[in-house]
Amino acid sequence: MVDAPAISRTEAPAALAKDIVLEAQNLSTHFVYKTRTAKAVRDVSFTLQKGRTLAIVGESGSGKSVTSLSAMRLLGPTGEIAGGSILYRKRDGTVVDLARQSQAAMRQIRGREISMIFQEPMTSLNPLFTIGDQIGEMLLLHERLAAPDIRRRVIEMLNLVEIPGAERRLDDYPHQMSGGMRQRVMIAMALICRPALLIADEPTTALDVTIQAQILDLIRRLQRELAMSVLFITHDMGVVAEVADEVAVMYAGEVVEQAPVRDIFAHPRHPYTLGLLASIPNVRRDFDAAGARRRLVPIPGTVPSLYAMPPGCAFAPRCPYAVPPCGSPVHLERIAPKHLSRCIRAGEL
Amino acid sequence: MGAMESQDTLLAVEGLSKTFQTGAGDVHALKDVSFSIPRGSVVGLVGESGSGKTTLGRCLLRLVEPSGGAVRFDGTDLLALGSAEMKRMRKRMQIIFQDPFSSLNPRMRVRDIIGEALVTHGIGKSRTERRDLTAGLLEEVGLKADHLSRFPHEFSGGQRQRIGIARALAVEPEFIVADEAVSALDVSVQAQILNLMQDLRERRSLTILFIAHDLSVVEYLCEEIVVLYLGRVVESGTARKLYAEPAHPYTRALLSAAPVADPDAVRNRQVLKGEIPSPLSPPSGCVFRTRCSFADEACAMQVPGPVVLSEHQTSHCLKAGSI
Repeated sequence: MVDAPAISRTEAPAALAKDIVLEAQNLSTHFVYKTRTAKAVRDVSFTLQKGRTLAIVGESGSGKSVTSLSAMRLLGPTGEIAGGSILYRKRDGTVVDLARQSQAAMRQIRGREISMIFQEPMTSLNPLFTIGDQIGEMLLLHERLAAPDIRRRVIEMLNLVEIPGAERRLDDYPHQMSGGMRQRVMIAMALICRPALLIADEPTTALDVTIQAQILDLIRRLQRELAMSVLFITHDMGVVAEVADEVAVMYAGEVVEQAPVRDIFAHPRHPYTLGLLASIPNVRRDFDAAGARRRLVPIPGTVPSLYAMPPGCAFAPRCPYAVPPCGSPVHLERIAPKHLSRCIRAGEL
Repeated sequence: MGAMESQDTLLAVEGLSKTFQTGAGDVHALKDVSFSIPRGSVVGLVGESGSGKTTLGRCLLRLVEPSGGAVRFDGTDLLALGSAEMKRMRKRMQIIFQDPFSSLNPRMRVRDIIGEALVTHGIGKSRTERRDLTAGLLEEVGLKADHLSRFPHEFSGGQRQRIGIARALAVEPEFIVADEAVSALDVSVQAQILNLMQDLRERRSLTILFIAHDLSVVEYLCEEIVVLYLGRVVESGTARKLYAEPAHPYTRALLSAAPVADPDAVRNRQVLKGEIPSPLSPPSGCVFRTRCSFADEACAMQVPGPVVLSEHQTSHCLKAGSI
């Protein structure tokens, strides 16, 4: 198969509708190794409205994290954006294509325009520096503030993320804090330069449920107070139900469905989304009137290898609705004003 | 659990404690834990990081030596057994671990991983017989006999967990501790393994202690629940009762914190303040009082004992029944 040609870095970005802050258009991201290429993200399109939360949900290997790292241009030496664009509306209103920015331009965008928080706060923080230094570094880089001003702003930020005793905790090292507190530090670091877009990649997955509830509350409150848009990456449909306005479901590197959150849960229009929802235990559904347990309905088989994708619909080998035409490429189509599905039988589901 | 004692009890835990000595002082990982598991049931053990649920699972099999109390398995006090007797007893009780990546030896083939358990416990007279037994086990857990000569890295996470289950079943145990056995799996694969565990449980009349932090999985699979907080049992009872009317303030907070896959679910959330205290210096009296909205002076003075609310529910709270 012929790879898409390397994209030009000078092309003018396409237009972006007024209320949209981030839009991926046919994004493809590859990891190129000596002998083979992993097409981790293929022809991905989604839109995020200003001030709203778009959840990208998918299982291991779905490409959801690579999608967010593509927007941040943090793909490492082997990763490359092979096609498509990621349009972003800056705070001053200008639209840039993140896929075509230089690394120097990206350094101005990261932190100030777009910030990211990750799953594992311990590995994302430097163990050798105090949390005050690490949060303050952002201000030093982006705003060139003097030390007393930095200290004041960091304390303000620690208070905002509800870290008790901010003036004392400033001089703590990451290992002196619990997982929940470290995630608050990560959030403080991400938000101190007041970005317009927060990308949260499984921010609560490593946390206990009571701490997860605290962090989700915190993110929601800060989103409101700071008027941020949020791209929320998760594998957990429960978290999706709590945080998302819109949902994009990813499978094997592709977006298979995008819709408002209520439609995704009430009227899923892709067999993978249906299968995912049926796999989650739910006692109201899984016990009959006499109290007997019904069997769960898992998705049979496993996700195809990135190196051996089926030629047509990637879900077809596991899909109960598959028919011969599913062996040809299937595109994400609009099936209702706000509902997109990558399934030729979406109308029958 | 009052209701359980009248039934046929396979395993009874009485006043179990485990203290780890550390440089910083004694850590009371488990303190005065009591509950029982009826034969043929699946009991869920839930609690957050640091609650002691993994330590408890291992203490039951004496993979970790308890510091005090008793574990009675089918009437025998396991803590009184010598090592040879305990080894024989382990043929009747097995454990499945969370991480299907680190719990299988990467340098052993599947037939040796499972065959080793057969050899250790003297099952199967010849190599051929053991091979047939192993092939049968693989088929029982949904794998194929031609997977026998493969190495763990050739399998997906879900398949590896099936191998871990086959290894546990090899010695035909009556009792299995499943320690976060489905937690590392994607939800679509998790559903496959939950169905498998249901099938095996019925076919082999297994009794299972299911340790998990995912409350919707526990609600689906378990008949009885034990809730741990900082090494103490705070509430126990039938799954139906606990999920419908949790009595202990911690159980209520835990259940209300769990995200529900329904955007229209009514959320009456009580977000717990603060974090689990250090087990090096647990609070006096009730260990939950530092995060409890009902706590008063009495809670700092007195360790709450079990309050039997009904045959289906016991809460370890001084205010049980009145809050």
